[in-house]
Amino acid sequence: MDLALILSILAVAIQAGTSLVYASVGEIFTERSGILNLGVEGIMIMGAVTSFATAYHTGSLAAALAVAVLAGGALALIHAFLTISLRADQVVSGLALTIFGTGLSAFLGQRLGPAGKPLVGLVGPRFRPVAIPGLSDLPVIGNALFNQDLLVYAMFVLVPVASYYIYRTRPGLHLRAVGENPGTADALGIGVYRSRYLYTIFGGMLMALGGAHLSLAYTPGWTEGITGGRGWIAIALVIFALWNPYRALLGALLFGGVNAIQFRLQAAGATIPAPFLNMLPYLFTILVLTLVTIYEKTSKHVGAPAALGLPYVRGERTG
Amino acid sequence: MPLTLERRMEPSRTANILVPILSVLLALVAGGVLLWLVGVNPIETYKAMLHGAFGSAYAISETLVRATPLMLTGLAVSVAFRMLFWNIGAEGQLAMGAFAASGVALFLPKLVPGISAWWLLPAMLVGGFVGGALWALIPAMLKAFLSVNEIITTLMLNYVAILWIQYLYYGPWKDPLGFGFPGTAPFVDAAWLPRLKDTAWLPQLFNTGRLHWGLALAIVAAFVVWLILGRTRWGYEIKIIGENPRAARYAGISIVRNILLVMILSGGLAGLAGFVQVAGISHRLQQGIAVGDGYTAIIIAWLARLNPFGVLLVALLMAALFVGGDQIQISMGLPAAMAGVLQGAILFFVLGGNFFTQYRIRWTSRQAAVTGHQ
Repeated sequence: MDLALILSILAVAIQAGTSLVYASVGEIFTERSGILNLGVEGIMIMGAVTSFATAYHTGSLAAALAVAVLAGGALALIHAFLTISLRADQVVSGLALTIFGTGLSAFLGQRLGPAGKPLVGLVGPRFRPVAIPGLSDLPVIGNALFNQDLLVYAMFVLVPVASYYIYRTRPGLHLRAVGENPGTADALGIGVYRSRYLYTIFGGMLMALGGAHLSLAYTPGWTEGITGGRGWIAIALVIFALWNPYRALLGALLFGGVNAIQFRLQAAGATIPAPFLNMLPYLFTILVLTLVTIYEKTSKHVGAPAALGLPYVRGERTG
Repeated sequence: MPLTLERRMEPSRTANILVPILSVLLALVAGGVLLWLVGVNPIETYKAMLHGAFGSAYAISETLVRATPLMLTGLAVSVAFRMLFWNIGAEGQLAMGAFAASGVALFLPKLVPGISAWWLLPAMLVGGFVGGALWALIPAMLKAFLSVNEIITTLMLNYVAILWIQYLYYGPWKDPLGFGFPGTAPFVDAAWLPRLKDTAWLPQLFNTGRLHWGLALAIVAAFVVWLILGRTRWGYEIKIIGENPRAARYAGISIVRNILLVMILSGGLAGLAGFVQVAGISHRLQQGIAVGDGYTAIIIAWLARLNPFGVLLVALLMAALFVGGDQIQISMGLPAAMAGVLQGAILFFVLGGNFFTQYRIRWTSRQAAVTGHQ
């Protein structure tokens, strides 16, 4: 493989991986606070449909992102209310969110076009690559990294900021405390319920932005099931990343790379039938998840927050 | 605070029955608000849905036809959920069951020319069960031996299974006489599950529609699951693992063995759903076999509180929503996806409502609230 090919694969990998980074960083914040949100797929797809519909009708990409963030926050709030206040099972509530979001997105996708018509097949405004003067002219990697859309650049900022916040700031320390040992955190005066609500909603907002990147940049437009399981891949990435944003970025690029190679092979008229190429990201997820699980077992390294998935009830023992 | 929460010693029986019913009603209200927001009369819409699902003998038979695979996937999921194995893969297991049953239907008559339905249908049934069970064994083994998260693996395998059957009916199994239609050639007549209207000894009630013997299979399956869960040592072990895995391990119950066996049963039941769809309805492997029944099954299992007979009832309700949803698409031009919205909302309300089966809210005087709190 020559360098130009590798670089063009990297450019596509970044594009394909961006939605995964937003979604998995959102899930990292949520899980760090002790809440498992399996509704990523449903929130992403709602982010995709609401942002595309808004962009189509208003012509404003900023408004589109704002609406996606609101929708994502609202859906995550349902999950937060059910699991934190009503102590519902986090697994089932997350699944409910995915089923609900998928159904609602299909419903809205068939109604939100002009005059109550479907959104499918419409062309709206989209995020286009913006070359950063100077940086995009850098030798070798310049074009792949710095001739991308705004959401990609925002992602380059999001990852270090998220990592710094989680590991190097006081609120980040509190966040980790709430997820590791809510009883102790509570005794130290950290509001367990409040932070869980906060980070679950914030996480949902990021997931919705991931969905918006799909319908506004990566595969512009609306099609039913546009997320194609990316929400679930993002959840797997969080496990792969051991709840660390930088590793999530790395994993997302790896998955993006699998996507990019898959397109390359398809375009090159490979003899492998398309359905088999389309299986690659899903099979790859299973393989990576298996390897990481074995690694965690043998190295005795546990990445998951200790209180993940357990409801916290003040004054009651959990677990 | 004059308002206090008390954990109930026993889940409330009244709440146990009331919560699912109220959840359905509240979900209908929430769906009504959504319809009203998009400028549609909710009452008219619900009337049309009800009429579409139960308005005639034909409508009822369509609802039962739609309920059949939902009953089987609902049973599949509830068996696994009993021991807290999160099988989100019924969709893919259904697809692989449909694939295996179709394989038997397409190729066995070529090996044994003139094979009768008495041999071919049972062979397809076994094929469907085995296809789903083997597919379910992949995540089961990954979980049992390597503790790989089954939620992700079962879900990822759904996409793989659906792509696999797509490959077959667009590729090597495509009907050469199908004018590009994405599907295999139709099965021989012996591979068709008989319709109830063609069964002479049944009452007149069933003399219309596509209702087939798959429904009886689903009901029998519910009995079998009920027997296994409630009347056998194995069922008891499953229950213990679900309630307290640590206690199960101390009692010498093999978790590895149970994960594998339960997933064979669970995947097999989902595979049977694939079998009834190809043998009872489409009579070929084609687009539209895997339409989300494996996901709806999660709602069904939870709403039925994992009770096998409850699953039959709730599957019927979900089928009515689907058939009613199709009806409003045809008659009012409204998205059939309304069914999915209502189903998701029902699950939310059930989850929220569970709180009231486990906790009691009391208005107390300030004094009592203070002393009541240890």
